[in-house]
Amino acid sequence: MTNLKQHFPIDQNHLQLLHARLETDAQTGDLLDIAYRTVDSAVGPLLLAATRSGLLRVAFASEGHDSVLQSLSERISPRILEAPTRLDPTARQLDEYFTGHRHSFDVALDWSLSHGFRRTVLEHLNTDVTYGATASYAALARLSGSPKAVRAVGTACATNPIPIVVPCHRVIRSDGTVGAYRGGPGAKRALLDLEKELDLGKELDLGKER
Amino acid sequence: MKVDQHVKPPFEAVVQQHGATVLRVVRAVVGHADADDAWSDTFLAALKAYPRLPADANIEAWLVTIAHRKAIDITRGNSRRAVPVADTSDSPAPERADPHDLDLDAAVGALPPKQRQAVAYHYLAGLPYAEIAVILDSSVAAARRAGADGIATLRRTYPLIDTPRDQQ
Repeated sequence: MTNLKQHFPIDQNHLQLLHARLETDAQTGDLLDIAYRTVDSAVGPLLLAATRSGLLRVAFASEGHDSVLQSLSERISPRILEAPTRLDPTARQLDEYFTGHRHSFDVALDWSLSHGFRRTVLEHLNTDVTYGATASYAALARLSGSPKAVRAVGTACATNPIPIVVPCHRVIRSDGTVGAYRGGPGAKRALLDLEKELDLGKELDLGKER
Repeated sequence: MKVDQHVKPPFEAVVQQHGATVLRVVRAVVGHADADDAWSDTFLAALKAYPRLPADANIEAWLVTIAHRKAIDITRGNSRRAVPVADTSDSPAPERADPHDLDLDAAVGALPPKQRQAVAYHYLAGLPYAEIAVILDSSVAAARRAGADGIATLRRTYPLIDTPRDQQ
């Protein structure tokens, strides 16, 4: 039996070089609809995905990164490549956030995965609930102009496509318990603790405040 | 109406799954020197066309079809640019990061184009001759014959072909 394949061995490093060239060509040819990469963080590996307009999705490992990418392929575009460069600023800022050197994110956001009232809620959350603070679901409902829509606010936060950067972890129940979170209650608690810890430290390096 | 139960994977999954096969195919069809360009042209064109590809399409056959056309473009471009140069076959091969068998390259390169393509698409990409006939725009019988003739010639010109590589 002829096995011609084994006479054409492929070096994985060479394929990586070709992949890098494809990333560049796709970017230059305006064919890279979604670029993604993964980063390590204090709450586990995070998937970051961005369109040309901005950060589209941040996903926790518990969501299954493959199924998140599959869903982006169906909902936004299948022209998806692992192409870290586009996510460099986001990755750097997340790193600064987790080490306490950043209190707000300065990256463009792509809101394509959020519509209607959910988007209104998340945009308010993004501008009105600052680092180290928390808000109740009811308070966020008032901020969003629909004080009775507490349950809908809960859904908006639980389905936030850009967690951490859009800080739905800062929205907690009126009784003080953390409530539901896309990355699990443990991750929500960890983020709240991180911000509380660094809130104490804030007085020490006020000079560095942006 | 047939309900389409296939879902289209992210393009990255296509590159991961088929990148090595396409590289083998283009190395056989255009040779090592032009293989990287052929691979890049193929996947860039595939990325462009991917949203329009039916979800139940045979992705490997689709990629080989694109690679076939890109290889033809590259070969034509080379013959247009071709200028007489001194024969350099006696000069020592430069150190390569990705070593390959020059005898095999020569043997595969010496096959007539149709045979070389049929051998690559059948023995390297694993496509059935029915698919290869469509790509080569020939009958299934002619594609099968090209593949059989090509591999028979290779057995003569490169006898190591039937030897597992780790025993050489």
